[in-house]
Amino acid sequence: MRASRNLWLGGLLTAVFSLAAVISFAWVPYDVTKLDIGAKLLSPSWAHPLGTDHFGRDILSMIMVGARTSIAVAIVAVGIGMALGVPLGLAAAARKGSLLDEVIMRGNDLIFAFPSLLIAIMITAVFGASAVNAIIAIGIFNIPVFARLVRGAALSLWTRDFVLAARVSGKGPVRISAEHILPNVTNLLIVQGTIQFSLGILAEAALSYVGLGAQPPLPSWGRMLADAQTMFSFKPHLAIFPGLAILLTVLGLNLMGDGLRDLLDPRLRRAQR
Amino acid sequence: MKLMKFAAASALAMTVAGGALAKTDITLAMQLEPPHLDPTSAAAGAIDSVLYSNVFEGLTRFAEDGSIQPGLARSWEISDDGLTYTFTLAEGVTFHDGTAMDSEDVKFSLDRARAEDSANAQKALFDSIASVEAVDAQTVKLTLSEPNGSMLFNLAWGDAVIVAPESIENIKQQPVGTGAFTFEDWVQGDSITLKRNEDYWGEAPALEEVNFKFISDPTAGFAAMMAEDVDVFAGYPAPENIPQFEADPRFQVIVGNTEGETILSTNNKMSPFDNVKVRRAMAHAIDRQAIIDGAMFGLGTPIGTHFAPHHPDYVDLTGMSDYDPEKARALLAEAGFEDGFETTLKLPPPSYARRGGEIIAAQLREVGIETEISNLEWAQWLEQVFKGKDYGLTIVSHTEPFDIGIYARPDYYFQYDSAEFQEMNAALSAESDPEKRSALLEDMQRLIAEDAVNGYLFQLAIPTIAKAGVRGLWENAPTQANDMTGVYWEE
Amino acid sequence: MLRFVLGRLVSLTLSLFVASVVIFLFVEVVPGDPAAYMLGLNAQEDTLEALREQLGLSGTLWERYSSWILGMLQGDFGTSYTYRTPVAEMIADRMWISLPLALYALALSTLIAFPAGIWAASKRGSLVDTGIMGLTQLGVAIPNFWFAMLMVLIFAINLRWFSAGGFAGWEAGFWPAMKSLTLPAIALALPQASILARVMRSSLLDTLGEDYIRTARAKGLTRAQALWRHALRNALIPVLTIIGLQFSFLIAGGIIIENVFYLPGLGRMIFQSIAARDLIVVESVVMLLVFAVILVNFAVDIAYAVVDPRLRVRA
Repeated sequence: MRASRNLWLGGLLTAVFSLAAVISFAWVPYDVTKLDIGAKLLSPSWAHPLGTDHFGRDILSMIMVGARTSIAVAIVAVGIGMALGVPLGLAAAARKGSLLDEVIMRGNDLIFAFPSLLIAIMITAVFGASAVNAIIAIGIFNIPVFARLVRGAALSLWTRDFVLAARVSGKGPVRISAEHILPNVTNLLIVQGTIQFSLGILAEAALSYVGLGAQPPLPSWGRMLADAQTMFSFKPHLAIFPGLAILLTVLGLNLMGDGLRDLLDPRLRRAQR
Repeated sequence: MKLMKFAAASALAMTVAGGALAKTDITLAMQLEPPHLDPTSAAAGAIDSVLYSNVFEGLTRFAEDGSIQPGLARSWEISDDGLTYTFTLAEGVTFHDGTAMDSEDVKFSLDRARAEDSANAQKALFDSIASVEAVDAQTVKLTLSEPNGSMLFNLAWGDAVIVAPESIENIKQQPVGTGAFTFEDWVQGDSITLKRNEDYWGEAPALEEVNFKFISDPTAGFAAMMAEDVDVFAGYPAPENIPQFEADPRFQVIVGNTEGETILSTNNKMSPFDNVKVRRAMAHAIDRQAIIDGAMFGLGTPIGTHFAPHHPDYVDLTGMSDYDPEKARALLAEAGFEDGFETTLKLPPPSYARRGGEIIAAQLREVGIETEISNLEWAQWLEQVFKGKDYGLTIVSHTEPFDIGIYARPDYYFQYDSAEFQEMNAALSAESDPEKRSALLEDMQRLIAEDAVNGYLFQLAIPTIAKAGVRGLWENAPTQANDMTGVYWEE
Repeated sequence: MLRFVLGRLVSLTLSLFVASVVIFLFVEVVPGDPAAYMLGLNAQEDTLEALREQLGLSGTLWERYSSWILGMLQGDFGTSYTYRTPVAEMIADRMWISLPLALYALALSTLIAFPAGIWAASKRGSLVDTGIMGLTQLGVAIPNFWFAMLMVLIFAINLRWFSAGGFAGWEAGFWPAMKSLTLPAIALALPQASILARVMRSSLLDTLGEDYIRTARAKGLTRAQALWRHALRNALIPVLTIIGLQFSFLIAGGIIIENVFYLPGLGRMIFQSIAARDLIVVESVVMLLVFAVILVNFAVDIAYAVVDPRLRVRA
C-alpha cells in the first residue's frame, strides 16, 4: 500500500536527519567552530566526505549541527503555533457566532493577509537577526493555521451525541473542550503539525538564507547556501549538499505527514486517493 | 593626443560603418545604487562613484594616484600666511543646462555646503573657510580662519563639487554639472545612463555613452560578468571568483589599493577594553594573514596601524602585533582574565566584515574570548555602534583618505581619549614643514599601535573586473569614483 | 445576500484599519535613523537635524500616521526619503516587473498543474500517478531559492541560454523582457504548480466519487468521458480558490527570487528600503500588498456565497 510506503520513506528520512542532529551533540567528525583556512574549499574526499567550506570547516559536520538548528527552530515555532492556535480555535468553536469567535477569525484572516516572509523580515529588522526572532516570526504564522483547523473540526464535534451528553450532564464549555473535543482533534493536529514542521524548516532556511536566521558561529543550512552563493560555480558541492539536506528533510516530513494522515484519519483517506 | 585621435578615428569609423570599429559605449556595474544624485548632501559613496569627475567637477580633483590636480580652477595662489587662496577658473565652462560657470557659482556652491542648514555630509571639510568672495568672473578668493594644510585636498572631495544655482531644486533627480558627461536617465533599482557632453570645456572623452548598472548581489554580479551583460565591474564584491576571471581570456583583472583601513574597532571606554593589556592581547590573538586569505581570498595588505601602506609616510608596524596566541593568553592573564571574557561583535553588511568577523571570533575563542556575533544592516550599525557606542567590537573599513585625525576625537565611536595623541594632531594641523609632518605622522602611527586602540587588520584592495579590451580605467581608488573620461575600447 | 456583503465589507474595513495601525507601529519602531543612514560617518548633529526636518520625520506619531493614511486614501503614498520621488510612482514602476512576473508564474503553474493533475487523476494508482505525485512532493519540498541557484548554474553560467539576472526592460521588446523573467518565473511557479496539481488531482477524485458521476458512468460513459464532461467543471471550484490565493502570494513571494535574479521589482524595493530605513516606502508597499490579499479574500468569500448559499451563514 502506498500509505505505508509514504510513511516508511518519510519516517526513514526524518529519522536520518533527526538522528544526525542528536548525534551531533555527542560527536561530529570535525569541530565546526574551529576554522582551518589552509584546508578551505576542498572537494569531497575520504577525510571530508562532503568536502570543506570557505573557512575549511567540514561540511558533513556542519550539516549535522545545522540539522539541530533547523529542527529546533521549526519545532519551537510549530509549538508556539499550537500552544496559541489550539486554545483559540477551541474557544472560537465553543462560542460559535459570538463576538469572540468573530474577533478570533478576523484576527486569523488578518495574519493570513500579511505576506509572511515580509513580516518575518520586518520582525528581524526590528528586533535583530537571531534564531529566537526567526522562531517568533515563523511561530506567529502558525497560529491561524491551527486555530482554523481546530475550530473547523471542533464545530462538527460540538453537534455530536457524546458532546450533547456531556452538556446535559452539566459540564461547562471549557471542560467539554478539554475533555471531549481536544482528544478527538489530536490526530488532525499530528498530521497538520508534521506539515507545518516541514514548512517551518523551509521558512527557517529562507530566513537564514537572507541572513536573518541563526547567527554565526552556529551553522544553519540556509546560511551555508548563502555563503556558497559566490563559490558554487566552481565548487558545486558547497551548494548541493546543504540544499539536498533541506530538500530531503522537508520531503521526509511531507511524506510522513501524508502517511500519518492515511493511517490516523480514515475519513480523509478517500479524499486523498 | 593619442586619445583625441582615437576618438576621431572611431567617429570616422562610425560614419563609414562596418568592419572592426571600436565600441563607444560601456556598461559598468557596481554594487551600490546611489540613493539620489546630489553628491553635496549625502555620504553615500555610490553617488560619487557615478558622478564624480564624470558629471560634476570641483575646483581641484583627485588623480588616480591620489595626488591633487587642477580641476575647474586651473591655477591658484596661496598667501604666505596660508589664510588666503586665490583661484583662477577655467574659461568657457558651461553647465549642462547651457548656463555659464563663473565665480558666482563657486561662491554659491561653497556657501551652500558650509551654511547653517547645510545637509552636506562632510561639512567639516569647510570648517576653516571664513568667507568666499567672487573677485571677478574668473577669480575666486577664499579666506580661512586658520591655516589649513589640506584645503586643496578638501576641495577635491566629491562633497565640494561646483553646482549650478538654477538646477539646485531638482539636483537629486536631474544633476547638472560641468563634466565631460551629461546625465541622461535613471531607471531606479537598475541603472543610470550618462551621455557624452559635446560642449565639454576640456578634452573630449572617447566614450559616447556610459551605463552604470547596480548589482548588489555578488552571485548576480558574477553571472552578469560571465554572461558579458556588463563590460566592467568596479569593486567586484567576491574576491573568491577572481581566479576564474583570471583564467578566462575574455577578462582582465585589475587589483588596486584603496584608502580603506579595515580594522577591528574596539570600544575603548568599555570594560575590559579600557585595559590596554586586553587590547594588546587581542592584537596578538589575531592572525591577519588567515583573515586576508579566508575573508578576502588573499586580497589586501596587512597593516599594523591606521594608515594606508601606499602613503609615503606609512610605517610598517605589523611586527608590534604579530600573531602569538601564547603571548595573548599571557597578557590576558596579566590583566586578570585567565578565563577570558565575553563580548559582542557587531558586523555591518560587507563581506570583509561578515567573513572577517567569523574568523576573528574563532581566533579570539582560541585565547578564551567568547564573542556574540550579530549581523547588522548599515542603518542599524550607524544607530547602535557608531552613534550609540553600544558594542564591544566591530569590523569596518575606514575609507576616507588620510583620516588618522579621528583618533583625536574622544567622542568618536571607538572612544580613544589620549591627550598625547590630541596634542600631536593639533601640532600636525599647524605644521607645514613636510619633514616635520612626516616625523609627527610616524609618531602618531606608532602611538595608536602601541596603545592597540583597535585591531589593525588590512588595507582593503579594490578588484575591478573588465573585458579584455577596456583601457584607461582607474586602478586605485583614492576616492570613490569611476572616472570614465579616459576610458576607451581597444580592439 | 446584501446583509452578508455588507457584513463582510464592515469586517474588511476593520481589517484594513487594524493592519494599517500594526504596520505603522511596526515600521516606526524599526531602529535606525534614516537621516543618519543617508549622511554617513562624518555627519554632524546639526546637519542631521536639518535633514530630519526636511524629511518630515519630526512630527508626533499621531500626526505622521494620520497624514500617511489620509494621503493614501487620496492615492498619495508620500515621498521616498532616499530617492526623493513619490512612492506611488516608484510602486507603479516596480509593478511593471512584479505583476507580469506573478502572472507569468501563475500561467506556468497552471499550465503545468492542470494537465499533470488531470493525468494523474485519470490514471489513478498507476505508475504515471505515482510518478507525478512523487514529482509534486519534490516540488513542494525544494527551497525555491536553491532551485533558482541550480537553474542559474545550469542555464545561465554553463549553457548561457538565459542571462543570469536583471531585467531587459519592456522597451527592449516583449520577448526579451519575457525571456529575462523566464527563469525567475519557473523558480516561483514550481512549488505553486506542485501544490495546484495535488489539489487538482484530489479534487477530481473527490468529484469522481460523487453520486452523479456514478450515475453518469452507470449510463455507460467511460471513466475518462465522465471525468471530462462532468467532474472537471465541479472540481475547478477549489482549484480556482487556490489560484486566487496563490496570486497574492506570488506578488509578495517574489522577494527572495527577485533578489536572486536582481530584478528591480517590488520585493527588491522592500528589501532595499528596509536596509536604507526608507520607512515610508516599506509602510506603503506592505499596506498595498495586505490590501491586495484582503481584497482577494473578500472576492473569494463573495464568490463562494454566490455559488453556495449555505455559506452565507458563516459556518
